[in-house]
Amino acid sequence: MSAILLHPDDNILVVTAAVAPGDLVAIDGAPIAMRSRVEVGHKIARAALVAGDTVIKYGAPIGSITAPADRGEHVHLHNMKSDYIATHMRDTLERSTS
Amino acid sequence: MISAWARADGRKGIRNVIAVAYLVECAHHVARKIVDKTDDPDVHLIGFPGCYPNSYADKVMKAIATHPNVGGLVILSLGCESFNREGLAAVVKASGRPVETLVIQENGGTAATIAAGMEAVARSKAIADAGARVAMAPSELVIGTICGGSDGTSGITANPAVGRAFDRFVAEGATCIFEETGELVGCENIIADRALTPELGAELVASIEKAERYYTILGFGSFAPGNAEGGLTTQEEKSMGAYSKSGSSPISGIVKPGDLPPSPGLYLLDVVPDGEPRFGFPNISDNAEIVELIACGAHINLFTTGRGSVVGSAISPVIKICANPETARKLAGDMDINAGRILEGNATIGAVGDEIYERTLAVAGGERSVSEELGHREFILTYKTFEPVGPACLPRSHAA
Repeated sequence: MSAILLHPDDNILVVTAAVAPGDLVAIDGAPIAMRSRVEVGHKIARAALVAGDTVIKYGAPIGSITAPADRGEHVHLHNMKSDYIATHMRDTLERSTS
Repeated sequence: MISAWARADGRKGIRNVIAVAYLVECAHHVARKIVDKTDDPDVHLIGFPGCYPNSYADKVMKAIATHPNVGGLVILSLGCESFNREGLAAVVKASGRPVETLVIQENGGTAATIAAGMEAVARSKAIADAGARVAMAPSELVIGTICGGSDGTSGITANPAVGRAFDRFVAEGATCIFEETGELVGCENIIADRALTPELGAELVASIEKAERYYTILGFGSFAPGNAEGGLTTQEEKSMGAYSKSGSSPISGIVKPGDLPPSPGLYLLDVVPDGEPRFGFPNISDNAEIVELIACGAHINLFTTGRGSVVGSAISPVIKICANPETARKLAGDMDINAGRILEGNATIGAVGDEIYERTLAVAGGERSVSEELGHREFILTYKTFEPVGPACLPRSHAA
């Protein structure tokens, strides 16, 4: 069970194999229990993040936090957004026309 | 040394393809039947669906038809479309290649034109196959890269590994092209420092700002739902990963679809149209970008994928580099290289970069890539508008 830190300035880690609730993942040496399933390639918070925080990956800004994320929590569409162009999903058109 | 096909313009081809080109959707079926019934791995279908003229499509079609991997062209016209078939044929004839034009309305319709087209392909192939061979150094290769079906693994395995391979090729004097300015949105502050001149740096930033504006007006970024399912949350996150395909070499210039890089080095292909948005999305799917890379002379394209794209391409082989170890297992039969091993601790980025470099040379030498072997020959060309690049985009060509 592991997650990698891509750059020392990052405030997220990338999960290298899918993790399930209860799995322990080491974050800066400390084991943290996962609360949800997180798939390979997805991000988890390195430290607690609050709305308005800039998310840093590869040492560069990749968006902003929109809802609080605890240390180890999945960071994705539910708590983060682009600072450029909004992300769309398969049901985006239906949602915008309904 | 690679055993290549000598072309009259001095360029060298790693394949000797007979392209069968339809010039409007109305001629597509006849062209496809000719290719299907000929059933030869080196006879490829290309084409343009529109009935209205478009100078971008005309330029790209001419660039593809005279690409060094092409040995001859058979043109399929319905008869009444706008595409200038005489102009296309003249350019190909002037390049020393066999070219034949079949107009369906003057050839007795579907069945007669299919039969005549198959004969034209056979004649063209006989001439092309008798063409001269010549030794080609790796430094004479033009190599493109693209990512498709990206996920959260792409930017940490396959993309940086392609970047390492690009660095090796550029150091050896080859020409490498990366693209998709819409997938550099968010990288504008770090890319400018790699430009050969400050003026080129400003042009790089301007090309990304153009992309951001264009995509914002259209309402969608260069981002698919599968990207998010694979762990990418935002456009700028995807961009940072995509950008790593370019490696760390200095950037020598910016080209647009159909422009040939004037000297070796690393180039950005600006694929987002100029002017007010017209004709829709800049790249409706990955193959539109692959066609543009080929139009810039790419002999081979390195395609990284996390979610698992299966496409190949007409004209120039595609090498598939899988970023995600789970996808590499699920789609093992579609991938040339499994860069997902990096994530599992079984290979380094440098080792996979070397593997990509070696695989590129092997495919240049005639070995079929996996997508070629599977028969993937995708091709898509639609409407766009471009202005020529300015002098600051190609500093070496415009040095006093």
